[in-house]
Parts: sequence; structure tokens; C-alpha cells
Amino acid sequence: MTSSAYQRISLGSQIAALTLPPVDRTTLALFAGASGDHNPIHIDIDFARRAKQPDVFAHGMLSMAWLGRLLTNWMPQAQLKNFTVRFQGITHIGHVITCGGTVAEKLEIDGLPSVRLQIQTTNQYGETLVAGEAWVAFPAT
Amino acid sequence: MIDPRWIRHVLPTTTFEIERARLRFFAKAIGETDPVYTDQAAAREAGHPDLPAPPTFLFSAEMDSDQKLKWLIEADIPLSKVLHGEQTFRYHRMVYAGDVVSVTSRIMDIYQKRNGALEFVVFDTQIARGEQAVCDSRGVLVIRH
Repeated sequence: MTSSAYQRISLGSQIAALTLPPVDRTTLALFAGASGDHNPIHIDIDFARRAKQPDVFAHGMLSMAWLGRLLTNWMPQAQLKNFTVRFQGITHIGHVITCGGTVAEKLEIDGLPSVRLQIQTTNQYGETLVAGEAWVAFPAT
Repeated sequence: MIDPRWIRHVLPTTTFEIERARLRFFAKAIGETDPVYTDQAAAREAGHPDLPAPPTFLFSAEMDSDQKLKWLIEADIPLSKVLHGEQTFRYHRMVYAGDVVSVTSRIMDIYQKRNGALEFVVFDTQIARGEQAVCDSRGVLVIRH
């Protein structure tokens, strides 16, 4: 994105949202293998029940990876400087997750025009499950 | 209660090779559709030397190093009680298929809330390619008693 693109970014505007297919067990199994997070709480219902959970549930880092897709859909990855989230709620099987971001601030970071985005995942019931922010830098004018 | 003597404990450094096949597997698992992350020609056209590691991929380097899991066992913390509470990445440079990175985690803090019903462990992880810092990662684990 060019510096003129930076000028056109307005405070409070939303970046293009990303909606995922409903969370299923296959996705969790694939993500366990691909991410290296083999915690059985995400893939083995027997283990989950022994841990007093009703079912397996999604890895927090799967939601963060989806937020990463949201961000790299918006700008080249090299512009992403800081990416932080809090895992507030459990993402369950069957949740339909939408990732969204809002331009919260335009500021200079390390001498570069930058944007602070507020980002979050929400399920189909409107519950925010993961929330955080990202700092994105643009070429100096 | 987790012994606070673990604060400032440094876990052993491990190395992690970023492989194209693993990057493609990761892209598939997260539903990535941007060919920059799966197709070398598209990656080169976008100015990358090879497939880039996407923003959260380096957490796999932390998982594969297995050091945090070994520490949880050593500290007698059952995995079934552990949740990921927070995660932050601060990026210095991108890494690509073929790069080898080193991973060093240290325990920065241990604290509790609700009279010990919840305990928190803060890990800071430095990921580097040779002498170059690639990414600083901070993860907070929550232990629910």
C-alpha cells in the first residue's frame, strides 16, 4: 500500500471482514498437526470430557491465525509490526467465526506513518471470543 | 501453586527449520487462499525469496521445540488445566521457507488471581535467524484450578 493509500484511511473505518466456515473437528485435527499444538483437549473428546469440558474446542492460535489472514488480506505482511490478542472466550465446534478490524488510530511509530487496528473474532451469536490490536506501518512519505 | 522460583528461568534454546511443505500444510489448516503463501511463483512475484511464514506461524516453532510442554510436566502442571490467555508478536523481519530459526523462551512472570483459583505464567520467546532478531513473542498461559 502506498503513502497516498495511507492518506485515504479514515479513523473508524472497517477493513474487509473474513468469515470462516463453521468450526469442525477436521479443521481442529489439521490445525493440531500443522501448528504443532498437539494438546488433546482440541482433538480427543475423551480427554476433553475427562477435563470436564463438554467437547473439544478450537485452539486459540487458530483464531489468531484467522486474524492474521484478515490482516494480510488488507496489507502486505511486511507492514505488520505488532499483533496482540486476548483469548476471551472459547471457540466451540459449530461456531461461525467472523474476523473484523477497525481503524482505531493513525499515528507515527518509529518514524513511519502507522495505523492501529482494533481486531476481533465474533461468533454467530455476536459474542466476541478473541480481541486485540495490530500495528501496521506504511512507507514514509 | 507454581513455585515462583521459576521466574526468570530460561528454557533450552532449540532450532526450527521452516519447510515449504509445513507452510503449505499450515495454509491449508487455516483456509489460506492467498497464493503468496502456497505458490513459490506467486511469492516471488510479490517480492519474496520463497514462501513466507505467515504472521502466527512462528508459534509452531515454539510448539515444536517442546520446551514449554516439558516445563509444564516438570512444574507438575496438568495440560488439561492450561488455557492460552494472551499472545503477542512483535516483528522485526519476515522469514521464509528454507530459513532456520532459533527459539529461546524464558519465564518472565508467575502470578495468581481469585485467591489462587487462576494462575498465570508469562513466557517471552525470542526467535532469531542467526544473529538477526526475527520476532519477539509473548504468551500468557492460564492455569485453572
